[in-house]
Amino acid sequence: MTVATETRTGEAGHCGPEIRSDLQVRIEPRGRGGIEIDLESRVQAYYGDSIRRQAEEVLEALGVRHALIQIRDEGALPFVIAARVEAAVRRAGLGEGTRVLPDQIALPEPSARDRLRRSRLYLPGSAPKYFINAALHAPDAIILDLEDSVHPSEKDAARLLVRNTLRAVDFLNCERMVRINQLPVGLADLDEIVPESPDLVLIPKVESAGQVVEISRRMEKVKADYGITRPIWLMPILESALGIENAFNIAKASDQIVALTIGLEDYTADLGVVKTSTGGESLYARQRLINAAHAAGLDAIDSVFGNVGDIEGLRAWALNSRSLGFEGMGCVHPSQIAVIHQAFAPTAAEIEKARRIVAAFNEAQEKGLGVVSLGSKMIDPPVVQRALQLMARARAMGCVARDALVQAGEQSSPLLSR
Amino acid sequence: MAILEKTAMITNLAGRMVPEIVNGRSETPYMGVGKYRPAVPKASPPIRTAADYPANGDKRVPDLETALRKCGLHDGMVISSHHHLRDGDRVALMALQTAARMGIKDLMWFPSASFPSQSAALELMEAGVIDHIEGSMNGPLGDYCTQGKMRGMGVLRSHGGRWQAIQDGEVHIDIAVIAAPSADPFGNCDGSHGRSACGSLGFALADSIYADHVIVVTDNLVPFPCVPWQIQGNNVDYVVELDSIGDPAKIVSGTTLITRSPDRLRIAEVVACFLRDAGIMRDGFSLQAGSGGIALAFVSYLKQMMKQAGVKARFVRGGSTKYLVELLEEGLTDYILDGQTFDLDGVKSLAANPRHVATSPFTSYNYHGKGNFASMVDAVVLGATEVDTNFNANVVTHSDGRLLHGIGGWQNCLAARCTILAVPSFRDRIPVIVDDVTTLCGPGELIDVVATERGIAINPRRQDLIDAVRGAKLPIRPIGEIQKEVERICGGKPQRPKRSDRPVAIVKWVDGTVLDTVWQVT
Repeated sequence: MTVATETRTGEAGHCGPEIRSDLQVRIEPRGRGGIEIDLESRVQAYYGDSIRRQAEEVLEALGVRHALIQIRDEGALPFVIAARVEAAVRRAGLGEGTRVLPDQIALPEPSARDRLRRSRLYLPGSAPKYFINAALHAPDAIILDLEDSVHPSEKDAARLLVRNTLRAVDFLNCERMVRINQLPVGLADLDEIVPESPDLVLIPKVESAGQVVEISRRMEKVKADYGITRPIWLMPILESALGIENAFNIAKASDQIVALTIGLEDYTADLGVVKTSTGGESLYARQRLINAAHAAGLDAIDSVFGNVGDIEGLRAWALNSRSLGFEGMGCVHPSQIAVIHQAFAPTAAEIEKARRIVAAFNEAQEKGLGVVSLGSKMIDPPVVQRALQLMARARAMGCVARDALVQAGEQSSPLLSR
Repeated sequence: MAILEKTAMITNLAGRMVPEIVNGRSETPYMGVGKYRPAVPKASPPIRTAADYPANGDKRVPDLETALRKCGLHDGMVISSHHHLRDGDRVALMALQTAARMGIKDLMWFPSASFPSQSAALELMEAGVIDHIEGSMNGPLGDYCTQGKMRGMGVLRSHGGRWQAIQDGEVHIDIAVIAAPSADPFGNCDGSHGRSACGSLGFALADSIYADHVIVVTDNLVPFPCVPWQIQGNNVDYVVELDSIGDPAKIVSGTTLITRSPDRLRIAEVVACFLRDAGIMRDGFSLQAGSGGIALAFVSYLKQMMKQAGVKARFVRGGSTKYLVELLEEGLTDYILDGQTFDLDGVKSLAANPRHVATSPFTSYNYHGKGNFASMVDAVVLGATEVDTNFNANVVTHSDGRLLHGIGGWQNCLAARCTILAVPSFRDRIPVIVDDVTTLCGPGELIDVVATERGIAINPRRQDLIDAVRGAKLPIRPIGEIQKEVERICGGKPQRPKRSDRPVAIVKWVDGTVLDTVWQVT
C-alpha cells in the first residue's frame, strides 16, 4: 500500500487464474472527475453491469465521490464484491465509521446451548469460494476463521468479508461459528462480527479466565449497542500447557460458554513434542480438559485431524476421542464430516443395550419395584441415566431409525442424515 | 468453397433458427425425436479389385506425401482424421501440413474431434489450405470459428452422427488418414499394442469403410497378421511407417484422478444415491459414465453401493478408465463395452481381458442403423454447460456463445433409459439452470434428471422416476426452485450476452437434421 499526502491507493482481495469467487479491487482517490470504473471480469458478459452498479453503490454509501476503481473479478458473488470494495476504500483511508451491509437473509433460529456439536468445518476467512456450499456437506457447524488461516495483513479485509458472509450466506442447519483473533485484535473482530449475530464465538489460545471475561464483556457491550438479545455462545480453545492447567477456571469464566476445545498444533509446540497421529503426547491434556469441562457442566470437543488424505487415521482418532469423553471434533475438509459423525454416533449394539435398560427401568417403575434388573443383572441408577442420555443422543443424531445402516457400517452420508 | 454466404434461415421444430444450406449442402431442419426418415440408400464407396493391390499384401510407401499423392490429393478434397490419440496425436496435423507443402488449397478437414495441440490448423485456415472444419472445435479453433473467421461453416456432430453422416452420404471422405498404434503392411490396425497404444480405434472404422482412399500411419509396424484387426487391411490403400505417431504422455493419462472438489463429490454421491433409491441399480443393470471428474467419482460411489447391495451389472459402457476396469476385475460387471480408452489401465485391460470389448460408433451410437447400444443402457451420467427449465441442454457452447466442447457421444447417450445430467448449479457466478439454453444440443424430452449440489430435479415427463424415489431421503426439488435459489445467490439473472445474426456453425441432431445454430460472437 502506498501512502501519499492526499491520495492513498487502497487495494483488497485476490485475482489470478487460480483464484475463484473473489476479486481484486484497487482504488485511487481523486480530487475531481467522479467515479471511473475499470472492470475486467470472468463473468463480464453476464454480470458486468451488475458489478459496476454494485461498486458505485458501495462507494456512494462510503462517501467516495471521485476515484478510479480497478476491478479484476474472478466470478465473485455480490456479498464478496461489497466486502472487497469496502476494504479497499478503508485501506485508502476513506469511509471511516460507515458499514456497507449487503442484504440480510432471514436469520436462522437461535442456536440451543446443548445442540449437537460433533463436527465443525473450518473455512478460511479470506477464501470466499469455500463459504457458499459449505453447509451442503451438513457439518453440525461451520467456522468462519479470522485467526490462523488469515495472514496478519489480511485481518481487516477478512473481518468485513466474514461480516458480510454472516448476513448473506445461508448456512442451512449449521451452527454459525466465528473464530476471532487473540486479544487485542479479537476485540476489533467482535465489533464487526457481533452485530451480525453469529451463533458462537471461538476464542483462541485462552490461558486464563480473565481473557474470556474480557471477550465476554466486549461482546455484551456490542450486543447491547446493536440491540441483539439472542444468545451468542462462547467456546474457548485451550492451546498451551498453561491453558490446560487453568481449564476449570476458564470453563467457569462465563455462563455463555457451552464447550471447551483444544488446539493440538499449538499445544504440542508449547510442549516441544511431535504431534503424532495417535496423540499419546496430548493424552493428559485432553483428559484434563474433558474432566474440567464436565466438572463445569460443559461439553468437551476435540481438536482437528489435519491429514485430510488419511481417512482411516481420522476414524481411529475420532473413535478414540469419543471413548475418552469428547463430543465432537473439528474438520479441515468436508470429506471428514461423515467419518466423524459416524465415529461419534452410538453403535447399534450400544443403542440396543440402552433400549433394553430403559425398557427394564420403565417396567420396574410401572411395577413399583425399587430395584431394576435386566436378566440376572442388577442395574444401578447411573447405568440407567447413561442409557437415557445415550438414547437421547442417538435420537438427536437420527441414529435410532437407522440402526440397520449403522450396523451395516454404512458411512453416514449428509444425504442419508437429512 | 465460397466465403460464408448469406443463407436463408428457417425455424425448426424446436423453435430454433437454422440455415437451409450449409457449405453448399441442402440441410433438413430438426423435425423432432425419431421423426425424420430418409428414403435414400446409403453411400457406396467405389468398388476396388485385388488386381490393383499387391498380392504379397505389402502396401507400404516411403512417406505420407507419397501416400497422399498416390491417393490423388487435390484442392477442395475432404481429409478425415480421428482422435483416439487425443491430445497426443501428431498424424492429423502432419497430413494437413504435408498437403500444405504440396500446395493444396481449400480442404475440408473432417476430424472425429479436434484437440488443443492441433491449434496449428489455424494457420492452415489462414493460409487457405483448410477451408473449414466439420468436427468438434474448442479452444483457439473454437474461438476462430465463433469469431466468424472460418470461411466455411462449422458442423458439429455427435460420434454417432458422424457415422450417420458418412454412411448417409452427407459427408464424402476423399482420403482417410488413420493413426495406428500397431499395423501390418497389409493395413490391418490394432490400438491396444505398441508404444502409442490408445485402446479402441472405433472412431476410424466408418472412414475405413466409406472413404475413397485410406492411408494407415503407424509407428509400430508388425509382420502380417496384426491382431486383433480393429481396422481391416482390406479397406486400406497405403501404409506409412513413421518414427512416432504421437506423444504417449498425452495419448493416455497415467492415472485418471477422481475429483477432490467436495462440491463435485457431493454431486457424484447424489447421483449414485439416486440410481440406488430409484431401483435402477439392480442385478443385471447397465450404465455409462464418462471420464470427467464427477463421472469417475460417481462410479466409485456406486461401486460401494453395488457391493453393499450385492448387485452386479451386465455391462458398463464408456470411455474406459481404471475405475471401470476395477468394476470388471472385481466381478461387479460382466463386460466393459469400450468406445474410447482413457488411461493406461483401460488400455491394458482392453488388450488382455476378453470381457473388455472395443466398440465403434456404429454399434454404440449410429441412429441410422437397426438400433444401437445407447438406448439399451439403463442409466447414463453426463455433463452439460447449461440446462433450461424444460430440461433442454447445451453441451457445446458457453453461455456467452463461444464453442467450448464437442458433442462427443453426449447426444447419442441421451437415448438411455435414464439420462442424468450431473452439473454444478453455477460455475463461477454463472447459473447453469437457465430460462433458455444458448445452443440446443439435447431435447428436454430425453433428459430425465438434473443433479446438482443443491438438489435433484426430475423431469415432470418421468412420473415413473418421480414415483420410484418417493419416500427416499433424496433432495428432490423442482428445477425452477433450484434455478431461483441460484439466481438469488448469484445476484439476479445474468444479462443475455449480445450475439450477431450471422451463423458460424450448426449443431446436428443424431439423425442428421439441424438442431441449432451457433452464431458469431460479437
